[in-house]
Amino acid sequence: MKLDSKVPEGPIETKWNNHKFNLKLVNPANKRKYEVLVVGTGLAGSSAAASLAELGYNVKVFCIQDSPRRAHSIAAQGGINAAKNYPNDGDSVWRLFYDTVKGGDFRAREANVYRLAQVSANIIDQCVAQGVPFAREYGGTLSNRSFGGAQVSRTFYARGQTGQQLLLGAYSSLMRQVGLGSVQMYPRREMLELVVVDGQARGIVCRNLETGASKSYAGHAVLLCTGGYGNVFYLSTNAASCNVSATWRAHKHGALFANPCYTQIHPTCIPVSGDHQSKLTLMSESLRNDGRVWVPKKKGDKRSPETIPEAERDYYLERKYPSFGNLVPRDVASRNAKSMIDEGKGVGETGLSVYLDLADAIARLGEGAIREKYGNLLDMYQHITDEDPYKVPMRIYPAVHYTMGGLWVDYNLMTTIPGLFCLGEANFSDHGANRLGASALMQGLADGYFVIPATLGGYLASTKFGKIDIESKPFKDQEKAVSERTAKLLGINGKRTPSEFHKELGKIMWDKCGMGRTEKGLKEAIAEITALRNEFWKDVKVTASNAEFNQTLERAGRVADYLEFAELLVRDALHRKESCGGHFREEYQTPDGEAKRDDENFSYVAAWEFKGVGAEPVLNKEPLTFDNVHLAQRSYA
Amino acid sequence: MNITLKVWRQKGPNNAGRLVEYAAKDVSPDMSFLEMLDVVNEGLIKRGEDPIAFDSDCREGICGMCSLVINGQAHGPERGTATCQLHMRTFSDGETITVEPFRARAFPPIKDLTVDRSAFDRVMQAGGFVSVNTGNAPEANSNLISHHTAEKAMDAAACIGCGACVAACPNASAMLFVAAKVSQLALLPQGQPERAKRALSMRKAMDEEGFGNCSNEYACEAACPKEIKVSNIARFNREHLRAGVCSDE
Repeated sequence: MKLDSKVPEGPIETKWNNHKFNLKLVNPANKRKYEVLVVGTGLAGSSAAASLAELGYNVKVFCIQDSPRRAHSIAAQGGINAAKNYPNDGDSVWRLFYDTVKGGDFRAREANVYRLAQVSANIIDQCVAQGVPFAREYGGTLSNRSFGGAQVSRTFYARGQTGQQLLLGAYSSLMRQVGLGSVQMYPRREMLELVVVDGQARGIVCRNLETGASKSYAGHAVLLCTGGYGNVFYLSTNAASCNVSATWRAHKHGALFANPCYTQIHPTCIPVSGDHQSKLTLMSESLRNDGRVWVPKKKGDKRSPETIPEAERDYYLERKYPSFGNLVPRDVASRNAKSMIDEGKGVGETGLSVYLDLADAIARLGEGAIREKYGNLLDMYQHITDEDPYKVPMRIYPAVHYTMGGLWVDYNLMTTIPGLFCLGEANFSDHGANRLGASALMQGLADGYFVIPATLGGYLASTKFGKIDIESKPFKDQEKAVSERTAKLLGINGKRTPSEFHKELGKIMWDKCGMGRTEKGLKEAIAEITALRNEFWKDVKVTASNAEFNQTLERAGRVADYLEFAELLVRDALHRKESCGGHFREEYQTPDGEAKRDDENFSYVAAWEFKGVGAEPVLNKEPLTFDNVHLAQRSYA
Repeated sequence: MNITLKVWRQKGPNNAGRLVEYAAKDVSPDMSFLEMLDVVNEGLIKRGEDPIAFDSDCREGICGMCSLVINGQAHGPERGTATCQLHMRTFSDGETITVEPFRARAFPPIKDLTVDRSAFDRVMQAGGFVSVNTGNAPEANSNLISHHTAEKAMDAAACIGCGACVAACPNASAMLFVAAKVSQLALLPQGQPERAKRALSMRKAMDEEGFGNCSNEYACEAACPKEIKVSNIARFNREHLRAGVCSDE
């Protein structure tokens, strides 16, 4: 398949403006003739749905939770980046662009990243206008803080609840449109199939999670804003319902899946406490502004932290990376934590954690100042661990957090299926092989508020649409596929629960496709995933029936998709014989243990084409060219 | 730890419900309350019984999806804590714990411990926003907002929309939920143009959904996992009075 990224011609600074001018427009009176289906109500989905409805389109919005306000963007803590340069510390659109391309280990598409940096400032304006209560200085201006991978302060925040406040801003705009009648909202709906008619995405089939009834919805375009696939690892910082099903079904209908092996392991999470654990909780990266990461210099040192003298502590990030110190990018911080633990210097009962110590900052700024900045995070830590972070250093360990891979999209955010768009974490486009902190919120809102309102119009205005009827064969076929699949899941009546399969899959993924990956391990993983998938379809147990609220059935469907998707993720990791960002192949590292890229052979986006469950997928390559940023070994020393 | 649970089971919105007893064995004190229920449910599935339906999502106290009335208290006994952040170490070995759904006329039951809280979304649709279209925003620093005011607005904006305030209130009033949003936007300059209209229309929507009136019980503040203060209700009352008396909305 020929991949056309549709990146506009011309200098990078003018591409987006020229492109917007060149895109065809839908005139205001015609906009109401178009139906747009938006799946997912996180930052990308809510902002897109609200903005498109404001423009005059008819929008139908679907979400899996009981309210659109619950989407997992709500849990983002630390902040959102924007090139406002309010602190006067040398920031610019160009620097945000550069930091993001470099932070992504030179595996992102330059033009997309530049556009992201360009619209970043508008996002802050928009959110402030909605009443998002960002942190303020005493003079009334907006505050900034620093995040990993940057030497400027460009992160805007609302305590440790920035995602919540931004999502509630987008949600309030969405609710306004629902109230005005331009958006129809369908909560507790799970998209289970995509409907493609004459090569165009024209609808979806959803299951009503309250009643079990499946129903088709038709439109002129479908926007998937369904988030990432981190839960393929079972334990992650994602919410319980985060899943790959919508994008995976789209993939099976022909949308290419790009760079699935780019997964982000976040360095500062609360360590696992036992087998019962259902999720891992993140401690915002913003804590690395004031917290210092350390381990004892001596292996197996079991003394309590306050009794370990300064000289016997290794502040390894400050030692190895003096210019970025504790604020190195996430992949670097995670790998270093792992190597300290592998060396036997891990702390805590299990030895599977490192210290993140606020003592110096508390001594310098006072406990009150630290409480104001991070109070809710530190309370959460105390709730979970029963330890007081104001008195004892926190213990942290890396955990799966974000997935940079996703459906392949062109510059217009359209997948390889015409009319199927993909926004936010669900697409692959802006973060390359590693996302910088506070950039996910920026991308979700950039896609929804500023990119899709322009590019969707271009598609609609230049496309001819046939008549559509949900009683027609393409819709009935997909409804049938949904009901057959549900019947199959309910009919197995085996011995093991969907969660047991999910846990086992997660263990394979974490052990063999987690922070360190090898050819041998990845090959074993493929065999194990295949075996587990076969067993799932023989031995899974789903209770009760389809025609009711059935959470076990929901979970079983999602796990079934993860069991297929996991294989693609591992195959992608196996084929990429280099290390870059979150993808670390142990065979490819520099003498000092940093990721070693192979630009000559792997400077491309790997976009996979589905060929059947268990069949080898076909690799398509979109070459990455760097005309504006000089390719270099990333250095944060 | 070994715990005895008495859980509200109700097959569907139109079925009668009742408390059913379950034994939760070998519970670790480090488990969250929901993880304890997960373990009970895994056992039920294996025995071929329908597991207990309950809502949860982020499991870090921010999405507002989890609920439950535990031993008569919305989100359980610990202050400022959502059920998903409540740990079993709060309970003692051998204890009997009663688990019920959030009950209110405006929150109709779905199944077991899950209820329909979409009434909150409809109240928000009536005015819980600033009417600003995308692209129409002025430069972010053009409105100066004092640190103190921004912090107060943030205190109110921290509401997670879980509905514990309604479940805890003897009148099933949604005053704290609505007051938090009205307060946030009344405090900020961005909220001024629609200030009066918002207070009136959100109050009206709240009444139409079947939420009760406020009689100053303060049970809402005690149950709120984000510790939203009842002073927001005072501000909402003031806003509502001001709108009724001083505006032509």
